[in-house]
Amino acid sequence: MTSGAFIDLSNVSVSFPLYHGSSRSLKKLVAAAAVGRLGREDGQHQRLVVRALRDITLRLTSGERLGLVGTNGAGKTTLLRVMAGIYEPAAGQLRVEGTLNALLDPHLGMNAELTGRENIALRGLYSGVPKAKLSWLEQDVAAFAELGDFLDLPVRIYSAGMVVRLGFAMATAVRPRILLMDEWFLAGDANFMEKARDRLETMVRGADILVLSSHQLDILRTWCTRIIWLDQGRIHADGPTDEVLDAYVAEQHQRVVQAG
Amino acid sequence: MSLADRNRLAARDFAAAVRLWRLAWTLGWLDIRLRYRGSILGPFWLTISTGVMIGALGLLYSTLFKLSLQDYLPFLALSQILWSFLASLVAESCTVFTESETVIRSMRMPFFVFSFRTLTRNVLVLAHNLLVIVIVFAVFRQVPGWTALEIIPAAVIWIVDALAMTLLLGAFCARFRDILPIVGSIMQIAFFITPVIWKPEQLGPAIIYLPLNPFFDMLEILRAPLLGDSATAMTWLGALLYSAVLCAVSWLFFLRARGRIAFWI
Repeated sequence: MTSGAFIDLSNVSVSFPLYHGSSRSLKKLVAAAAVGRLGREDGQHQRLVVRALRDITLRLTSGERLGLVGTNGAGKTTLLRVMAGIYEPAAGQLRVEGTLNALLDPHLGMNAELTGRENIALRGLYSGVPKAKLSWLEQDVAAFAELGDFLDLPVRIYSAGMVVRLGFAMATAVRPRILLMDEWFLAGDANFMEKARDRLETMVRGADILVLSSHQLDILRTWCTRIIWLDQGRIHADGPTDEVLDAYVAEQHQRVVQAG
Repeated sequence: MSLADRNRLAARDFAAAVRLWRLAWTLGWLDIRLRYRGSILGPFWLTISTGVMIGALGLLYSTLFKLSLQDYLPFLALSQILWSFLASLVAESCTVFTESETVIRSMRMPFFVFSFRTLTRNVLVLAHNLLVIVIVFAVFRQVPGWTALEIIPAAVIWIVDALAMTLLLGAFCARFRDILPIVGSIMQIAFFITPVIWKPEQLGPAIIYLPLNPFFDMLEILRAPLLGDSATAMTWLGALLYSAVLCAVSWLFFLRARGRIAFWI
């Protein structure tokens, strides 16, 4: 087995510029700058910034299965996007070694006007699958999605369930060493979920590193060996699954009691 | 982040996109195919509508300008088709990144891929329109001589500039949403002050100022050789200078913007 897949974040901070109304307009910005220079207005056009991640330091090595918990807006998806290389941190450093697949958007690159088969080929191109492996990819996805003759019809006419199956099959066809997964992946109709679960578990077992963001604590308990609890962009707790989750549950419970 | 780091990352973006050329090509080609899906002639509708427009404009303006059709129509066909390429490339540059928002936000993808896609799409449209030029040239027995070889360096400049334009406007328009109408107005004005429909000679002595217009320089280095003249040294100088400025500005802006585009869209 090849070793050395890792994710290493040191002091990573990410802030989102919040553009709203006039800060989206070049004309107004130029006007504001001109006025500001004349001294009539100062500090009025400060940018609003949301600090989505603050000073995150963590290291994941081969074999680790990390779960992310936290309330909505705690920074879970942002952290996944940073690890995936989508958001470049404003401060701090990120080092990633190993092929990476981020399951963030079920409909990634899917074009409703194209047939299922064409979409599979397109998805292969997005993921940089070599030409020789494309037919294998097609077979794998077709077998799992069970679309039958629909495979050669435009995705536009698929039922919602068929679209989900196709999206899921395509996203999980490319087996990476580092797997990042957002919680949507574990939602779906019960019938399909059982099958999807099997496929995901194979994929999870095959990956060197798993990072999973979820609200479903039972899934985190089954799959993860380590949990990071994010709160307002900071690491609130980091430790073995049961320890952190128990504390998390206790606090959630306390909040409900207080609110009630 | 130091300038050297930014340079390295931007260069890596370009190299990664070159490796994904088949994706960019397929996306650009699909854009065209899907736009004309369901029509029997497909993208050749483009060829026909361009042909009809050039025929009509040619008859009208050759009468207005009192020029012979033999002289005017090959010029018009070439100018008008090159201009449509340029104008639609500039307009589509504004949405290079915003149209791919979902992809950019859900996977790591080199930004140059989206530039290549826009370029591919526009080159394919141009390729369909070339048929009109070929027909017009054949009808009027306009055979380009050896000077036509000058279009090779000119085409290289066009491609490099097109990429620079997509990057610059794409990133800029992702940040500032009111650029699109501004660009639209500028291109409208540019169309009228650039000899696309009218011939440069019609300006009389004022022709010496034409190379100041970057659109003229760009058009002329590709157009003149095909009509049997070389572009003048001034025109080439203008084209090279303006291109150098565009590329430099575009690259410097991309160095700063690359890490921010995902946040902007």
